[in-house]
Amino acid sequence: MKRAMSFLLAAAMVASCGVTAAAEEGEVLKVAAIETAYGSEMWQEVCEAFTAETGIEVDLVTDKNLEDVIGPSMKSGDFPDVIHLATGREDALTETFIKDQNIVDITDVLSMTVPGEEAVVGDKIAGGFTETSLTNPYGDGKTYLAPMFYSPCGLFYNAGLFEEKGWEVPTTWDEMWALGDVAKEEGISLFTYPTTGYFDAFFYALMYSVGGAEFFDQATNYAEGIWDTPEAQTCFDIVAKLAEYTEPTTPAQANDQDFTKNQQLVLDNKALFMPNGTWIVGEMAEAPRADGFEWGMTALPAVEDGGDRYSYTWFEQAWIPSGAQNQDAAKQFIAYLYSDTACEIFAKSGAIQPVLNISEKLEGDNQMFYSIYDNGAKAAMGNFAAFTPIEGMDNRTVWFDPVNSLVSGTITEEEWIDGIKSASDQMRANLIQ
Amino acid sequence: MKKRSGRSRFLFLCVAPAVVLFTVFMIIPTLNVFRMSLFKRSAYSPTEDFVGLDNFTRLLQDANFIRSMQNTILLIVVVTVITFAFALIFAAILTREKIKGQNFFRVIFYIPNILSVVVISAIFSAIYDTNNGTLNSLLSFLSGKTVAILWKGEGMVMVSLIIAMVWQAIGYYMVMYMASMASIPQSLYESASLDGAGRITQFFQLTLPLIWTNIRTTLTFFIISTINMAFLFVKAMTSGGPNGASEVALSYMYKQAYTNSSYGYGMAIGALVFLFSFGLSALVNAVTKRETLEF
Repeated sequence: MKRAMSFLLAAAMVASCGVTAAAEEGEVLKVAAIETAYGSEMWQEVCEAFTAETGIEVDLVTDKNLEDVIGPSMKSGDFPDVIHLATGREDALTETFIKDQNIVDITDVLSMTVPGEEAVVGDKIAGGFTETSLTNPYGDGKTYLAPMFYSPCGLFYNAGLFEEKGWEVPTTWDEMWALGDVAKEEGISLFTYPTTGYFDAFFYALMYSVGGAEFFDQATNYAEGIWDTPEAQTCFDIVAKLAEYTEPTTPAQANDQDFTKNQQLVLDNKALFMPNGTWIVGEMAEAPRADGFEWGMTALPAVEDGGDRYSYTWFEQAWIPSGAQNQDAAKQFIAYLYSDTACEIFAKSGAIQPVLNISEKLEGDNQMFYSIYDNGAKAAMGNFAAFTPIEGMDNRTVWFDPVNSLVSGTITEEEWIDGIKSASDQMRANLIQ
Repeated sequence: MKKRSGRSRFLFLCVAPAVVLFTVFMIIPTLNVFRMSLFKRSAYSPTEDFVGLDNFTRLLQDANFIRSMQNTILLIVVVTVITFAFALIFAAILTREKIKGQNFFRVIFYIPNILSVVVISAIFSAIYDTNNGTLNSLLSFLSGKTVAILWKGEGMVMVSLIIAMVWQAIGYYMVMYMASMASIPQSLYESASLDGAGRITQFFQLTLPLIWTNIRTTLTFFIISTINMAFLFVKAMTSGGPNGASEVALSYMYKQAYTNSSYGYGMAIGALVFLFSFGLSALVNAVTKRETLEF
């Protein structure tokens, strides 16, 4: 017995030594970031720069399927301190944490000084970015997600083909349909889309251009009767008509395995437009293309002549899960992501932070893409409001996935709208207040 | 007396590790699935609310779940029937007939089984491509006009999954049947042919009854592996699309549990699938029960 006791004591001493030694070595910040078309080297560089600036060690994990890498340990309660991801991904990890209200309030980060600089974070971030439902998902005036890498979304096309054929890029939907008929005679479809996930940015911009900010806010908060309004009907009609003009093989390829084949349709001059973001240039850099191919991007056409045209501002988010151990260091890290050094490292890889005056530093295709807002298009931001989980129902399956069936002709526009209306009622009842 | 108790203690100690491991890693998690199916909870958050059988009643009204179950049953039935038939025929040919390059065919048939599902999905992505795919090109060549079947479109996506799954599974079952066919004594076939039985009669009267135990085992394998493999194939090939047309029970469960924050709901699907596969295996086992023949 005595021997057992002394063994236990000795074991306890060894264990406690281990703990103190680890604490003395300094905290290690666990950062998990999604690897997208921008690559992962930039994250390595930013983490090194952060350590050099603050002395806080960073343990970085990057992966293309980040959810699969960090998911298992999170299920057992071991969370990264900072997660950088984007909403709208198939695994919907960010959405899950928003619905679970499992994210740390980072409003105080906005008033923090950027490490190594004099400036305050909130003053550096461009206007509007921290006031959207993507960063403040509960509409309580508090910021939970930090806006990262923004990218104007719009319709991408082959500018070379338009020049060759002498076609004008349509500015209204009527011109769009007219062009669709002309192109059809040449064997070219008007439209394609990579997957239905790309319809979120498209649909948001469409709602803005049809009914303005007020309609968008009501619609994304599932206001009662909103889907019976003429504005909503116009949005549905446009999508349904666009489905008729869509390249017929699109739905069969609109999955995570084959979506690049749909993007290839534009490169091969088999379809004219597709909704996408600026990352498409890097993503398809190695793909073969038609002679004289040149990327072009336009905002969504206006509903009527002279009407507003919108381009959705897509951005990714960095956030701190509630289970994070080093929340203070995590907040410092997020603040550092807006430092001049970090912004420059990111920009080298094409990832553009939403900070003021960044567009002056851009080059090449990016200069053209990011100047879309200087050329008359308005910026659309925000998304559907968060609701507590509803079994068997989420935004994508209700709003966007049925577009595949609209194109195939297996459901009618009315069936699609009916599905939206009944889902919208349930979502309204489950809104997180 | 003392010797006997020592012996039982020895046996107990021998069995204990396996029992402990089995309990910790199989029984407790399985019971946990059933327990969690009675709660409303998410995968990453510790809070949970008891909702009784709500998840199950909701499931029965969920059209997407019903469609995913229909797809699962379709796959179990069709993949099993086709794979079973082809595997048996190929196994019989390769064991009973003298053909050149037997080992070569054995390897060729088995190769799909050792490929990862991700590789298979990439191969079939090339085969099913509407514009430049092998299948459409072949059909165009044979019919003399342009064939543009949307293999992964809503109408054909389940057929495409079935083809891929059958292609992947044949080799595995073929090898299993070959192993048991090879152990049937040659003398039985010789006496059968002396009695005037042809090859087909020999197959149905001799081979099939003598490998019946093996067939029964593989039928259970078919049910379990089709349910599991369907998830992998759907996840890698179609993501459940277009518009949920190729969703199967486990892929729907995964979506609900991990991407829709409805972990309890997902576990309810898991519990139903568990009971379903258990029940179906028991049923198939009971229906196929025959007196064991020995040779």
